Parts: sequence; structure tokens; C-alpha cells
Amino acid sequence: MKIQINEEFCIGCRLCEVYCLVEHSQSKDIVKAFKREAPRALARVHVEENGPVSFALQCRHCNTPSCVYACLTGAMHKDENGVVLHNPDRCIGCWSCIMVCPFGAITRDERGRKVASKCDLCPGRTTPSCVEHCPNEALTLVAEA
Amino acid sequence: MAYKYLIIGNSAGGIGAAEAIRSVDAEGSLAILSDEPCVAYSRPMITNLLTGQASFNNMVYRSSDFYTENRIETLLGKKVAKLQPSENKVTLDGGEEITYEKLLLATGGTPFIPKMNGLQKKGIHTFTTIKDAEEIRGKIQQQEIGEAVVLGGGLIGLLTAEALVTMGLKVTVVELLDRVLAPLLDPKASAMVREVVERNGIQVVTGRTVTEVLGKDEVTGVQLDDGRWLPCKLFVVAVGVAPNAGLAREAGLKVNRGIAVNSRMETSIPNIYACGDCAELLDFLSGNNRPIPIWPAAYMSGMVAGSNMAKSPKEYDGGVGMNSMHLFGFPVISFGKVNPTDAEGCEVLSKTDEVRGAYRKIVLSGNQIVGAILVEDIDRAGILLGLMRRKVDVSGCKEALIQDDLGLISLPRAVRSRMFEMSVKKNVAK
Ligand SMILES: Cc1cc2nc3c(=O)[nH]c(=O)nc-3n(C[C@H](O)[C@H](O)[C@H](O)COP(=O)(O)OP(=O)(O)OC[C@H]3O[C@@H](n4cnc5c(N)ncnc54)[C@H](O)[C@@H]3O)c2cc1C
Ligand code: SF4
Ligand code: SF4
Repeated sequence: MKIQINEEFCIGCRLCEVYCLVEHSQSKDIVKAFKREAPRALARVHVEENGPVSFALQCRHCNTPSCVYACLTGAMHKDENGVVLHNPDRCIGCWSCIMVCPFGAITRDERGRKVASKCDLCPGRTTPSCVEHCPNEALTLVAEA
Repeated sequence: MAYKYLIIGNSAGGIGAAEAIRSVDAEGSLAILSDEPCVAYSRPMITNLLTGQASFNNMVYRSSDFYTENRIETLLGKKVAKLQPSENKVTLDGGEEITYEKLLLATGGTPFIPKMNGLQKKGIHTFTTIKDAEEIRGKIQQQEIGEAVVLGGGLIGLLTAEALVTMGLKVTVVELLDRVLAPLLDPKASAMVREVVERNGIQVVTGRTVTEVLGKDEVTGVQLDDGRWLPCKLFVVAVGVAPNAGLAREAGLKVNRGIAVNSRMETSIPNIYACGDCAELLDFLSGNNRPIPIWPAAYMSGMVAGSNMAKSPKEYDGGVGMNSMHLFGFPVISFGKVNPTDAEGCEVLSKTDEVRGAYRKIVLSGNQIVGAILVEDIDRAGILLGLMRRKVDVSGCKEALIQDDLGLISLPRAVRSRMFEMSVKKNVAK
């Protein structure tokens, strides 16, 4: 399964960002995640906006993941289900993955020791949180064509 | 001993190949051999080992059960002395022989040491392996070193200097060219890095080289070509690595600067493949083969080699010089052609933010990106590299490319839609 981006349906409401952050917070509670947790969790989906056009973008979990091939330490890896995951303990913040990701889907997490941050498709969930909370089906799950 | 697949070199290239072989052939006997006695590790992390910020356990490239899980036999701490292609055989240092059906040379690079007097003295080091890092660390812990000189203001030289200055040494970097990181950066970005490096206590001497290592048996200093004398008990030579192609050359394989390979990573002799730093890889910008001694290119060319060794045809679509640097936490990314000559007729877009110390330069040729430098604002650099790799015509969005908030939204809709579309399809490269 992959997340499909349906640009024409995105209304730029950024609920995906909000719910991604909540999903990756410690409490998974929207109020606590924004108000009480320090450092605050990071969203791994980002809405890009320019006038009337907007869309939400997260890691595409590429079949040929440049980030994995370029990672100097093995922190970035593809698991047996084809999900591209990042292990912050092994990451040295060298930003080689940022250099090669053609979607620009990796961000710098500089809240503590510098490490990469990206979408993990919400482990433990059947539907990723961004997809579930998108009010307009701008993000949908599709089987790989 | 006999193996279906024998890989010499247990690092980025060798592991890339082994993983590709196992994705095609789960059973065929496979061995990885290396003269380094340990499991594969992140070579760039030897700087962290030197400073003590990482232990070996933090540096291992794959999980502890990687070799057993993938049924890979490890022949570690063994050195290949000779290749005998006519008999599909290699001979080890002790005389032991190993036969193979398919052989991969993933032997990496060897540090290059320029000619100078006094090289036989104790206290001269290179810095490319765990062993180098342990030796230098041991020495710094045992005695009062005080001053160190690093020859080479390239990436490895500056990384070495960073590690040494972090450990409290007084460090001077000597670089022959007129600026640090000369091939990777333009004069402006180079000056920005130099400023950061100097601000962090490293002395940089450019336009000079070392002519003689001074001292009786042990290094006490180095002599520069302008007659200056720099005292030091530790002298690290880090002027670059040359492809480690000696075995291949002696066995009659075609070797230019590195081992010659075709797009399937086959060498000039059947059943022998080469990848990574020891080989001459396709540069997708120039269309020519040359050494591209970086980790991503080693891993990816290794994957291609492994796939072909296991009879699943695959072609290497080429690499390019690219580096992500973070000296003293200062992020700089560069790739492709960053110092175009006037004759090349390139178009250059650039933008500087003096206040934030940010700089961005994009080099275009015929409306295609052919190189870029990003200083400080490195986020989403890969979008530019991707456009360069796919040779996308960027005439419609040049102004946006140079902005620090560059996103896919800045690209023409057709380019972006195609990327999104491809990303949900099986078995396609992006
Ligand atoms: C300090 C440092 C920092 C670096 N930083 C970066 C970076 O930031 N980004 C980047 O992209 N690259 C970086 N590199 C370069 C990167 O490490 C190399 O490009 C990469 O390791 C090449 O991989 P390889 O598999 O081709 O060869 P290598 O990693 O060189 O491995 C080759 C292996 O083969 C073994 N071998 C050779 N000959 C024999 C023989 N005859 N018998 C048995 N074994 C043999 C060697 O001992 C070695 O273990 C850095 C390198 C260093 C040293
Ligand atoms: S981070 Fe980028 S390169 Fe890596 S899998 Fe995701 S989209 Fe692909
Ligand atoms: S920043 Fe971390 S995940 Fe990215 S390439 Fe470097 S070590 Fe790997």
C-alpha cells in the first residue's frame, strides 16, 4: 500500500500535519502534544502551498530508496514490508539522505542530538494518521499499480 | 574453499553487492573476505571513534545477525595476495586458495602519500580505517601530543582536523591549493567553511605543502615549501585516496585510474566484477567513467554488480560527485559541476544571505541543472539533485530553484505530477 497524493482535493487545512504530530507525540493526545510536551513532536508530513495550489507530502517509501543507499551508517533502512524506516539511534545527522531524497521528504530534527526525521507510515496503525484525518481525500491509500 | 560468489571487501560496495545477490539468489554460497578483522562499519564514522564519541558498536553498518541471516560466510582478517582469473581462483597471503564462480573486487581506495623526505619516521599516519583511528587515539591518550599537522584540506583532511581539535590538540591544516575543499566547493563557499574551521581553532595554511618530515626517529615537525617549520608530534597525511587496483592490474585486468568496468560492473575479464572506490564508475553528467569515491556510489554500484553476478541483469545509471558536509555542525551540500569555466557557457544562479551565513548556487547548462552548492539552508537539496539526475528542463522555474523555501510546489505541475504518479507504482525507478 502507498499513500497517494491528490493535489486537486487538498484544501490546505493542514490537519494532516496536526494529526501526524499527535501520532508521533508521547501522549498521542492533541492538547498535551501541543501544549505540554517538550520538546514538541515533529510532523513528518508537510503541506506545500502556493496561492490556490496545495498538497501534503510525506516520504514516498520509494521502491529504490536513494536515502537508504546513501545513508552512511545504516540508520535509514527498508523493512521487510517495504517501509523505509529511520533509526535515530544510529543516525549521525550527516544529511546525506537529505542530499539525495528527490522529494525533499526528510527534515532535520535539531531538537536534541541532530538526527533525520521522516514519515514511518505510523507503525501499529492500518491507516496512517494523515490519511485517516484528511477531510477531503487529498491523501488516500492505494494498492501499488 | 570454493564459493559461487566471492566478494573481496567488506564495506559499502561489498555489502551492497551481497544484499543484491541475496535478493535474487537466496541459496548460492557467498563469502565476503576482508583484511580488516571486523564486521562492516561506517567508514566515515572513524572520526567519531577517534574522538571517543562513538564506540565500535555504534559504527556497525548492519545488524549483528546480518551475515548469518543472509547466509554470508565471513573470511575476515585475511588478505588476498593474488588473483588467478584463468583458474577462477584467488590466493591469500598465507598461501590458502579460494575458488569462485563470480568474483567481486570491492577493495576500495588506498590513501595516497605524496613524495617527501623523512617519510620513514614514526608518528606519520593516514586516516581511513578503524585501525588508523585507534592508533591515533591511543597515541593521544598515551602521550602529550600538543601539536598536530594535517596535510590536505579536502574533506577527510578537515574531518581529521576537526576530530583532533575537539580532542584538545593544536591543529594546522596544510593545503597545496589556494583554498580548502577546492574541487567540491567554489571560492565563496570554501571561504565560508574556512571561516568556520578557523573560528573553531584550526589553523589553515593554503598554497603550501610539506617537503620534509623532521625529527630523529619520531616526528618532531614538518618543513613547508616556503621554508616555514611547524612543530608537531602527530602528522596525518590526508590528501586523498587512490583506487586500490593493484591486484587487478597484476592479474591483467584493464585498469586506468581505477578498475575499468562497463555498465553491468563487469571488468575486462569474465566473471570478475568491480565496484565502489576501486573502480571507475559512470559519471552521469559527463558520460565518462572515473573514480567517484563516495559511499552512496560504492553501495549503488555494488548493488548493480551483485545483481548481475546473480544473473539478474541490471545497469548502473551512473553517479556523480556529491558530498554532504557538516564540519562543526555547519551544513554544506554540493554536487556536480560547481566551478564551471567561462568556456563551458553555463548559467549560474546564486543567492547570499550575509546575515544568516547562507549561500546557494545552482549551475545550469542548456536549462538543466548540472551542479549546486547549498550552504546552511540545505533542506530539500535532493529535489535539485533529482532534477539534475533526471535532466529535467527547468526553464519554467529557475527563480524558484534558488529560493531557500524551494519545494515541489515550485516545480511545473507536470513534473511534480509525474513524480507523484511514479512513486505509487511498483518496480519503477523514480
Ligand atoms: C574519514 C572518512 C570520511 C568519509 N566521509 C564520507 C562522507 O561523508 N560521504 C561519503 O559519501 N563518503 C565518505 N567517505 C568515503 C567512503 O567511506 C568511501 O567512499 C567508501 O567507504 C567506499 O566503499 P568501498 O566499499 O568501495 O571501499 P572501502 O570502504 O574502502 O572498503 C574496501 C575494503 O576492502 C578491503 N581490502 C582491500 N584490498 C584487500 C585485499 N587484497 N584483501 C582483503 N581485503 C582487502 C579493505 O581493507 C577495506 O576493508 C569518507 C571516508 C573517510 C576515510
Ligand atoms: S525519504 Fe525520500 S528517497 Fe527515501 S524513501 Fe522516502 S521519498 Fe524515497
Ligand atoms: S542523516 Fe542519519 S539517516 Fe540521514 S544519511 Fe546521515 S546517518 Fe543516515
